[in-house]
Amino acid sequence: MTDAATSNLLLAKEAHGRNLKFYGIWLIAAIALIVLPLIFSSGGSLTSFSLIGISIIFALSYNILLGQTGLLSFGHAVHYGLGGFLAVHVMNAVAAHDWPIPLPFIPLFGGIGGLAFAVVIGWVMTKRAGTVFAMITLGIGELVASSSLILRSVFGGESGITTDRTALPHMFGWSFGSQIEIYYLIAFWLMISAIAMYALTRTPLGRICNAVRDNPGRVEFIGYDPHVVRYLAYCFAGFFAGIAGGLAAINFEIANSAYLGATQSGMVLFATFIGGTAYFFGPILGAILVTFLQLGLTNVTTVWQLYFGIIFIGIVMFAPGGIAGLVMMHRPLLRGGTLMTVIPSYLIALIPTLVLAFGVILAIETVARYTESQGGSNLINLFNVPLDATAPTTWLLAAVLVVVGALLARMTWRRIAQAWDRASSAAGDRGYLA
Amino acid sequence: MLDLIVISTLNGVLFGMLLFLLSSGLTVIFSMMGVLNFAHASFYMLGAFFGYQLTKWIGFWPALVLAPLLVGAVGMAVERYGLRNTHKHGHVAELLLTFGLAFAIEEIVSMIWGKSPVDYRVPAILDFPAFTVFSTSYPAYKIFMLAVSVSIFVALSIVLKKTRVGLVVQAALTHPNMVAHLGHNVGRVFMLVFGVGSALAGVAGVIAGPALVTQSDMAGLLGPILFVVIVFGGLGSLPGAFIASLVIGLTQTFAVALNGSLASTFGPLDPSLGPSLLTDIWNVTIAQVAPILPYVLLVLILIVRPMGLLGTRET
Repeated sequence: MTDAATSNLLLAKEAHGRNLKFYGIWLIAAIALIVLPLIFSSGGSLTSFSLIGISIIFALSYNILLGQTGLLSFGHAVHYGLGGFLAVHVMNAVAAHDWPIPLPFIPLFGGIGGLAFAVVIGWVMTKRAGTVFAMITLGIGELVASSSLILRSVFGGESGITTDRTALPHMFGWSFGSQIEIYYLIAFWLMISAIAMYALTRTPLGRICNAVRDNPGRVEFIGYDPHVVRYLAYCFAGFFAGIAGGLAAINFEIANSAYLGATQSGMVLFATFIGGTAYFFGPILGAILVTFLQLGLTNVTTVWQLYFGIIFIGIVMFAPGGIAGLVMMHRPLLRGGTLMTVIPSYLIALIPTLVLAFGVILAIETVARYTESQGGSNLINLFNVPLDATAPTTWLLAAVLVVVGALLARMTWRRIAQAWDRASSAAGDRGYLA
Repeated sequence: MLDLIVISTLNGVLFGMLLFLLSSGLTVIFSMMGVLNFAHASFYMLGAFFGYQLTKWIGFWPALVLAPLLVGAVGMAVERYGLRNTHKHGHVAELLLTFGLAFAIEEIVSMIWGKSPVDYRVPAILDFPAFTVFSTSYPAYKIFMLAVSVSIFVALSIVLKKTRVGLVVQAALTHPNMVAHLGHNVGRVFMLVFGVGSALAGVAGVIAGPALVTQSDMAGLLGPILFVVIVFGGLGSLPGAFIASLVIGLTQTFAVALNGSLASTFGPLDPSLGPSLLTDIWNVTIAQVAPILPYVLLVLILIVRPMGLLGTRET
């Protein structure tokens, strides 16, 4: 056997293995979605899983714009909200006229709602990319959110429009009254949408979207109109955001103007960017993390949004690839077998970084409790250590922790950078380039 | 009717000048650095809150000087330690950084001063009616605001047109690379311009705080309108920003003052139609539509002239 034949065989084997791995991941994801509620069956966790599922679809749809086409939108919640409103109206109409449309098909109408708005307004919006596009999405977002308060008959004003999901025709004997049935409905749509959006990245359209993101001039030169490509990407993103909105409307049995608002748009941007826009699984990680933080932090602290802002700023400044980018950075090191070079420096850096984080948290909580109590005594219970927000010692402790932590952390971060350089050049020598 | 026109024109020009205090800084920063500073309205809010706090401690007049300086220092720190490090990741990362900052500043302000409006009052010396037009008296403080904004506008244009620094800034607006090649420290010019831009926003905040509501959501309310102003005027064009500020200031003020609706002009619709989309549109007053008018203008200009009124840049 010649060398060429051997390498061909090896390549084929490798491709086969990759295929197996690829379908394996989707299969594992599907099984995990089915098994998850059997392990964590409490009502609270079912609600959390449902919210996470919705926000994963929403974040993935956002990444069609931000990650794949390079369009930064500050008004993506418009499609989410309009999808939700259309879904609610369709649900009410189905219940009123006894149409034979069961609940599992309702998210499709949500998608149509999101898509319809994208089709109508998208052509004007996607004329230009970059900063101008970002500003326009912000303006359109405000326009729709403010209009929704004026057009009361359609959007229900401040209180929104309610619906009853159990009034629709049943399917497989499910009435969709209980949260577990809604969870499986969301999981089903999550799987379908995720597969569809992943497939979209593999199509010629998905590839040309990436090209438009990287170099619109050259795309134009090879005969594609970047404006058309951006428009198509915008429509797809609107459609899937609408599906997420429809699912949210089913889950909460209400659609109100908060669905369309700037906060919702900001949250999906946070989730997607924190997760990482360069990889398909990035927004999934981000959506899980952000939703968990949102649910978890609201019980612990009143200023949870500030922590979001700080995490987001940290990611933008120090890890613009997001969590997914950080994880995937280590792949060449793992393959090159030099991962152990960086691990010790990580462990050393962990302690001062934790001190810094602890100091920042203590400082924020102290200020928050101090202003809330208007100078009266107020106890902070931080990781089971009781501290008085009005005592000067607490303020001093916070300041010392922040300053000392920051100084030490900077030193250890430099060590990480050095170790990283060594590890990646060693891995590069073995043929695994970072 | 005439008194309405006079008062609304005065108010509209005043609001327009305030918008220009903000949009001029934003435009210059954008033209030079390519960064659309999302946190610009947050600097305006910081100005108002610093102004409030300093007024409480040392009085209004020192606050009028000190608060903008503080805001300018915050702006310079943001440029030096935030934007300069993020620059290598591209413009989207810079925009996102300022977006995160705007979010964090709003949270910090509401953490320190609370979510409800603070009691930031017009100083006693300016708390009298300046003149009376057709039985409507006009407060002296608003005349003071107008005077401050106009004098800053004049001072700024003199600095830009007549001084050496102004010439460097003007050159950097159109040819930033050439200016760097000529040996100017562009990094320092950027930091300075960012600081001055933030300080201008701070001035706007200090003087607008007593007249409008000083509250932690004021940045979120004004920010989008500010972006409409600079997109409408044409990104990177100072005269464009000036015209757009006045246009949007006047439209909004006049819209708020008018109470007409389609129903009041053409008579009510047939009641048999019941509540529907049509009746909503028929009965809405111009005053109710006022908050969305800037965005309608934005959509219109994008359809008719995508680069904005006086814009020349395509991207």
